[in-house]
Amino acid sequence: MDLPEFPPKVGVGDFGEALWNPEAATPPGLIGPDGLTAPKRFNVYRNNVIVSLCDALEQTFPALQNLLGEDYFKALARAFVVQHPPKSPVLIWYGSDFPDFIEAFPPLASYPYLADVARVEWAWVQAYHAADVAPLDPAALGSVDPNVLGSIRFEKHPAAALIMSSWPVWDLARANRFEPDEEIRVDLDRSQSVLIARPEFDVELLQLRPGGDVFLNALLSGATLGEAAALAEGQVAEFSLSDCLSDCLSIGVFTDLVTA
Amino acid sequence: MKHKAMSAAIVAGAVATAVAGLSATAPAHAQAKEKCYGVSLKGQNDCKAGAGTTCAGTSTVDYQGNAWTLVPKGTCVSMDLPDGRHGSLTELDRDLPEA
Repeated sequence: MDLPEFPPKVGVGDFGEALWNPEAATPPGLIGPDGLTAPKRFNVYRNNVIVSLCDALEQTFPALQNLLGEDYFKALARAFVVQHPPKSPVLIWYGSDFPDFIEAFPPLASYPYLADVARVEWAWVQAYHAADVAPLDPAALGSVDPNVLGSIRFEKHPAAALIMSSWPVWDLARANRFEPDEEIRVDLDRSQSVLIARPEFDVELLQLRPGGDVFLNALLSGATLGEAAALAEGQVAEFSLSDCLSDCLSIGVFTDLVTA
Repeated sequence: MKHKAMSAAIVAGAVATAVAGLSATAPAHAQAKEKCYGVSLKGQNDCKAGAGTTCAGTSTVDYQGNAWTLVPKGTCVSMDLPDGRHGSLTELDRDLPEA
């Protein structure tokens, strides 16, 4: 018996194409020990690629899985995976496009809050694995000349993220993941924005106070403290600069301040 | 980006209030840090740290599923809406993405 040729002659393009399409035939150069094309082995391999990526999504988005149920989540994950192969070998970075995919997924159009819940979960994992940096010491603010305080800017901590939502994402994320034992009444008429950061070793979530999202979003986009405060105050009557600033400092949203 | 800014005196007052409030709680924070150092995160084992921190993918049968034909069966269904309706049976009519 002739020994099969090794390595098998399979182009990367053929292999890749067949990998993401379960209907595609096994590329002809993929052979078993008998020298024949090995569709069964290839199917196991192909399936493991898809399933392991679906599992990765499941681990990154457990609240979403709770909201949708296991079967639906699996099917949704699969639909995503075949359209969005990983761009990096690092699995903790897999799924960045998942929230946008959910938002545009027609069968879920009547659950428009799901994408924002996914954004919170994505930010949680990224915060967990973000670089360790000491947050800004509030005392540093106290030593700035009061006359120039309004014109300072802040540098964002690598773990910090702001999720602005017109849905009750704070309650949805708590009820379905972070505080599963609490009795949380989710009122879909509420809007909540969530701040995620990791001041030390634990990822922390915080619901922003009224206007806090507008304020922080402006700061993170490069506005000065005075500009961000004026913007939030102009849009939200109950905005309190001292309370919102206190939240940002205590959870470690900034690493440094820049005086003009 | 041009915005009108809040007056320096108001900003300075608010910053002073925030900083004073935080320095009052600082000792508790320092204590928490001491306790957490070098210890694995409370309730966060490898699996909870996200994908890639555990081994996945041993199935041999291609998962067949079509989300278009399925209905969410998670807490979407049991979530209370203000007037006593339930999530998945109710078409939401605000802020829907454009079709």
